[in-house]
Amino acid sequence: MSCDQCREREAVVHLTQIVNEQVTTLHLCEKCAADKGVESPGSAVKTPLGTFLAAMGKGVDQLPTPRTGEACRCGATFQDFRESGRLGCSDCYRTFETPLRDLLRRLHGSTHHLGERYAERETERVPEPEVAMVPPEASHLREQLRLAVETENFELAAELRDRLRVLE
Amino acid sequence: MIDLNLLTDGGVGWLDASGPSSHLVLSTRIRLARNLSSHVYQGRNSETEREEILQSVERAVRESVLLRRPTRYRLDRLDRIDRQLLHERHLVSKELAGLEAEGRVRSGASVLIQDRIGVMLNEEDHLRIQGLHSGFALDETYAEVDRLDTELGQRLAFAFHPEFGYLTSCPTNVGTGLRASVLIHLPGLVLTKEISKVLQGLAQVGLTHRGLYGEGSEVVGNFFQLSNQTTLGSSERELLDHLGKMVRQVMDYEEQARQVLVRDAPTVIEDKVWRAYGLLRYARSLSFEEAMNLLSGVRLGVGVGLIPDVAMYTLNKLLIYTQPAHLAVAEGISPDDADLPLRRARFVRKVLESEVGRRG
Ligand SMILES: [Zn+2]
Ligand SMILES: [Zn+2]
Repeated sequence: MSCDQCREREAVVHLTQIVNEQVTTLHLCEKCAADKGVESPGSAVKTPLGTFLAAMGKGVDQLPTPRTGEACRCGATFQDFRESGRLGCSDCYRTFETPLRDLLRRLHGSTHHLGERYAERETERVPEPEVAMVPPEASHLREQLRLAVETENFELAAELRDRLRVLE
Repeated sequence: MIDLNLLTDGGVGWLDASGPSSHLVLSTRIRLARNLSSHVYQGRNSETEREEILQSVERAVRESVLLRRPTRYRLDRLDRIDRQLLHERHLVSKELAGLEAEGRVRSGASVLIQDRIGVMLNEEDHLRIQGLHSGFALDETYAEVDRLDTELGQRLAFAFHPEFGYLTSCPTNVGTGLRASVLIHLPGLVLTKEISKVLQGLAQVGLTHRGLYGEGSEVVGNFFQLSNQTTLGSSERELLDHLGKMVRQVMDYEEQARQVLVRDAPTVIEDKVWRAYGLLRYARSLSFEEAMNLLSGVRLGVGVGLIPDVAMYTLNKLLIYTQPAHLAVAEGISPDDADLPLRRARFVRKVLESEVGRRG
């Protein structure tokens, strides 16, 4: 969309205002917006996500960057996401989990889905690990834990419980 | 040329203004964004993959109850004018129709519609399950959309993260993937200049507003789409209840604003709405925007009881059929034809002449 004022540059500022009792939206480029005294957000806010963040009073520049230029299996890097505002695949949410968690907190004020939970199709469900699949060491630890509780050695019991939790 | 008559009520059953609070709220729309865990997202996927997505969803849909006999439109095989028609009927997004500034319709872009629900395919997300009802009907719309989501979810593997919920191409939709929008007419708040305050207030409680055509569209004819901003951290129920509560409040404000106008400036408001009616009834040339603004005035006049003989249905019909693509098709000319404003004025005159009782 081009600027309503100069009709040359790309419009980056969208102003909703009331003129003659009608609501109008004015689309302005950065320069014309500045001329009109409208504070113009930086050039980083052209993507929908950028607009969203800007609307919330935060800049895209505050997005944390993962330490490495690591790419997801789909080929997307975090830089790609910063530029397009779109992720490449569902795995991106694991690949870039740390910066995304931070972003989700800023966007939604939370990272925890509290809505309906998706029940995967029966056929696709990964079988639950059977008791037999627990490493032998665990059953050994469990036995020790039982003994520790019986002998009221709670310090040892706590330690064993922690080790068991790691194993399971 | 596509045949929109294949759709129940032409896909615009909501025009009948039969839903709750129809004098203020035109329609309620809810969509759920879903992706298949088997495929990379739109933007990284190939033509073949988008075709596969189409076929998987087609299979799932055939086994469903709610969408077993849908009307299908492959947007990638439609002319621009037909895509524009579907968009003007609010059945597909601007993005899917390839009508954005530098947009082209992408291969595999499709929509399946049956009665008031449907699914857009190969949009920004693989699936956008959507429902549309007349008037203010969040619960009824969600009930249907939720059922379709469950049905499709049993037959397709959706991308779901234990912590983040349903995964979407853009993180702004993650979690529930739910966006509910209420299309509401607020001329009273605009005339009393209260609207900015109300919109600011809504932004503070996490709601956004858009124009008649959704994302990025301008406000015309004093129609606003109010919707939830966030999708994560609240349940579907909470999101809908919050939006519902706020919309009810905006409706109260609008009613109050109208009362103030009628009480404090009765002659001004009476003149204004009849002037709008007069222009629609007798003008010889109307731009789309002017027609929308005049229709807004008449709608206000009907709402406050000043214009007795115009039905909401007539106004809703004019709202749809005076849009560029609809008018062009009805008149058999191109939407860029310079004659369009003349044809629009003639069309409006004819409809008002035949559907409105003589009085006033
Ligand atoms: Zn400019
Ligand atoms: Zn990825």
